[in-house]
Amino acid sequence: MSRRARVTAAFLAVLCLAGPALAQDAGAPARPAFSEEDPALEARTSALASTLRCPVCQGESIQDSPSELAQNMRAVVRDQLRAGKTPDEVKAYFVSKYGEWILLEPEMKGLNVLLYLFPVLLVIGGLTFVAFLVRRWTTPQPDIR
Amino acid sequence: MNWKRATIAVLASVPLIALFAYGFTRDPGEIPSPLPGREAPHFALEVFAPGEAPLARRVGDTISLRELTGKVTVVNFWASWCLACRDEHSALSETARQYAGSPTQFIGVLYNDRPSLGANWIAGMGGQSYPSVLDERSRTAIDYGLYGVPETFIIDPSGRIAYKHIGPITSSVLRSWIDSLLPGAATDTASVLETR
Amino acid sequence: MIGLIAHNALLISVAVIAFGAIVAPFAIRSGRREWLQLTYGAVYTNFVLVSLATALMIVALVTHDFSVSYVAAVGSRSTPLLFTVISLWGALEGSILFWAWVLALYAAAVVWFHRDRPGNLVPYAAMTMLAVAGFFALLLAGPADPFVPVWPVPADGPGPNTLLQNHVLMAVHPPLLYLGYVGMTVPFAFAIGAILSNEASSNDWAILSRRWMLASWAFLGAAIIAGMWWSYEVLGWGGYWAWDPVENASFLPWLTATAYLHSVMVQERRNMLRLWTLNLCVATFVLTILGTFLTRSGILSSVHAFTTGTIGYYFLAFIAVVLVATLVLVAGNSERIRATGNLGGVASRETVFLLNNLFLTAVMLTVLVGTLYPLVAEAIRGVKVSVGEPFFNRMAVPAMVALIFLMGVGPSLPWGSTTVAEARRRMIAPAIGAAILGAIGVLAGARGMYAILAFAFVGYAVVGNLREYWIGMRARHNAHGEGWGTALLRLIRGNRRRYGGYVAHIGVLFVALGITASSIFRSEREATLLPGETLTVAEHTVRLKSVWGREEPQRSVIGATLDVLGKDGEVIGTVEPRMNYYHVSDQPVPTPDVRSSLRGDLYVNLSAFEPNGAHATVKVIVEPLVPWIWFGGLVMVVGAVIGMFHRGRRTRVPPAPVASAPLPEPRVMETVP
Repeated sequence: MSRRARVTAAFLAVLCLAGPALAQDAGAPARPAFSEEDPALEARTSALASTLRCPVCQGESIQDSPSELAQNMRAVVRDQLRAGKTPDEVKAYFVSKYGEWILLEPEMKGLNVLLYLFPVLLVIGGLTFVAFLVRRWTTPQPDIR
Repeated sequence: MNWKRATIAVLASVPLIALFAYGFTRDPGEIPSPLPGREAPHFALEVFAPGEAPLARRVGDTISLRELTGKVTVVNFWASWCLACRDEHSALSETARQYAGSPTQFIGVLYNDRPSLGANWIAGMGGQSYPSVLDERSRTAIDYGLYGVPETFIIDPSGRIAYKHIGPITSSVLRSWIDSLLPGAATDTASVLETR
Repeated sequence: MIGLIAHNALLISVAVIAFGAIVAPFAIRSGRREWLQLTYGAVYTNFVLVSLATALMIVALVTHDFSVSYVAAVGSRSTPLLFTVISLWGALEGSILFWAWVLALYAAAVVWFHRDRPGNLVPYAAMTMLAVAGFFALLLAGPADPFVPVWPVPADGPGPNTLLQNHVLMAVHPPLLYLGYVGMTVPFAFAIGAILSNEASSNDWAILSRRWMLASWAFLGAAIIAGMWWSYEVLGWGGYWAWDPVENASFLPWLTATAYLHSVMVQERRNMLRLWTLNLCVATFVLTILGTFLTRSGILSSVHAFTTGTIGYYFLAFIAVVLVATLVLVAGNSERIRATGNLGGVASRETVFLLNNLFLTAVMLTVLVGTLYPLVAEAIRGVKVSVGEPFFNRMAVPAMVALIFLMGVGPSLPWGSTTVAEARRRMIAPAIGAAILGAIGVLAGARGMYAILAFAFVGYAVVGNLREYWIGMRARHNAHGEGWGTALLRLIRGNRRRYGGYVAHIGVLFVALGITASSIFRSEREATLLPGETLTVAEHTVRLKSVWGREEPQRSVIGATLDVLGKDGEVIGTVEPRMNYYHVSDQPVPTPDVRSSLRGDLYVNLSAFEPNGAHATVKVIVEPLVPWIWFGGLVMVVGAVIGMFHRGRRTRVPPAPVASAPLPEPRVMETVP
């Protein structure tokens, strides 16, 4: 049966078979328990969730992604934080499952340090160079070269 | 023309070109899992689809990974909305039946789905020989670093993950891994990989 | 039939391009300048041929001629006409064809406008553009041929990518992007032409290419903003920028183009930064090709990536050729290009421009390195890593905040030099603006140094730029007794480039304000509602009315209707977030509904629903000042348009140097402000 035929046949009843995302949505608990009793925990959860990459999306964090897996991963983050784990421990958990790929911001260690040092050195070096140029170009000299 | 400067500048661009050329040899969509070789994350999940004799488990029973030590365990994550799961269904179901006499255990884990839809799917596919369990809020899936379905994990008798398969699995892959992991089998995984 | 004609037109264009590009150097070296007409003729002919092929593609799309491979891949009888036409750039081959057409258009326009200019700059620039066009023509003749005959002819096709047929902004963003991207070939061609014609040691070429760069810069800026808007309206996450590799790829040339537009002023006024400006031209072009390569090759994972094929290899070869050729030319001639001017003083606009170029370059390199780092890490460490939003926010945003500050400092400092006391006096008003907006930001709840600085600097820069208008208008008003409106118009007309630039600044500042406010003060909640239930987010309340479904020819639509409630619970409007299920795809396309006002957006997305309509899960996001981003983009374009119609300083035309002649002495340009 073609998809369109199904949809036209029985619109709402059939839609739950139509596609993965739909079925996922249909599979959501009837009234999801949004833990809003603790705004501080929510804030910490969102902050941490924004640094973890959603495995089924492209480049989105699990905070931004509406996918079911991202929501469930957010719940794991929330539960682990509530249980007293530090953000670094929660990150370490996800890295042990998904690899470093899961971190949207690479850890500051090893080769990655260069990635963080580069912009800083660039600006410092650039400022020094501009200061040098300004000095040279404002000193009256017939021909600098 | 200052050819010395020109040469230096061109040489400086070589690493960039080389980096891009290297990029062609990699697939950004393929992310290696850190799990194989490590102890399999523990789970204890409730059966919702019983499977068939002799592999059947009662609905509502809890299957715990710990009690499966000593067996080769095949954990298959699937869902009723997953099209690729249809392709591997018979390979899994039949291989499980063939190894019913050996110390093996096949478990289906329903991912991101409703048990009723999962049960309907199994019925529609003509049954499944081994039991499937529910994974509430995908806790176990996340423990196993799941990217999507289907994914299959093969756990050795000591409880370590020997192999992770992404996408529909075939009976020959299943058989070669199970044979190599069963007690008394040659444990040379390299030769297993070659025979595939 | 259509396919055959178009394919042959493209094949002929390869020959025409090759001929035109090869004739040019012979004509110049042998002194037979009349042969250059052949090169120019090739440019025009190429434009006609590629236009023909593009027009035939549109005809094929509109008439559903599925015997053409591209139509078979992206066409569908059920797709509405608009989306059928714009699927011209919706997939790989069509986008290359469109690119080739825009490039042919630019090349023809450049030759048309500058054909009478003496000297060899324009012939060499035409040759360079033909060489670039040749690459795209080769792609179209082979690896990206959109006109491959399909047999048997399918009855219908799958239609365009569902994400691309869901919003009308897809009719706007890609053409702007190509106009911007491809337009940057022109300054590049002038740069290469300047080196080849020995004119790189004068400033004329840079001034000549300035207007082309300004147009391309405006197109690219507008394209980036339109892309952000599209992402906001279609992807359903309430964001507009994710530092995705492809987004970064569009941002990088915009940064270097911005740096060029400033450094070229220093070059023109003070005869400095000549080599640097030329490098910025070249870098901008290389970055556009690099960005296209990243989009088309699939070596980085990205939301926007096109389906990959062998085309990535061709692009890599092209990047290698472009890099090697330009590096040899630029580095080999660098000593001759280098300028000899001097700064007037430390506290001058020139110094600010140096800093502006430094920070723009720093942001560009940071984003470039961050984007490519996953490849580096995998090559060296063998580990896949991600570099995403948190990294870029941490590392690139500080430099961007510094740039906002410089946007306020630059206009209030004069060219040449000034005394410290005078400089201080000029900074009083902007500083008050900074204090006010900074205080508003803090009162509204901004915390963190960069957030507060961003608000304060936007205040500083807005006042700094408006102050220039005010001073100019007041002077005219007092001196000539002009009315304020007349004074404003005449002020702008007197120096369009300068006052257009300030307008563009204001546009960028609006964008910066919108981004800062919406990322700091964003509040969101998601909840599952039964009909009649309400959800309140940051003083905005919505009430679920119904969940409904509707059939359309190419898709099924599920929507939720929610009332927006006012303070006293009265209904002040409705929102209808939807999910569109296209028949060709299993992935639904979210279609959030946005209620905009100057103060901000109420953004409602339908994230899930119960098939029987019993309840719906909606995400409600309140994002202050988001419309300012879109509005700021418009202001930016207006500023660029004002600046584009600047009647440039009359510059003398250099005598046509023979290829082997010694370089003319660099001429110091007049430096009157």
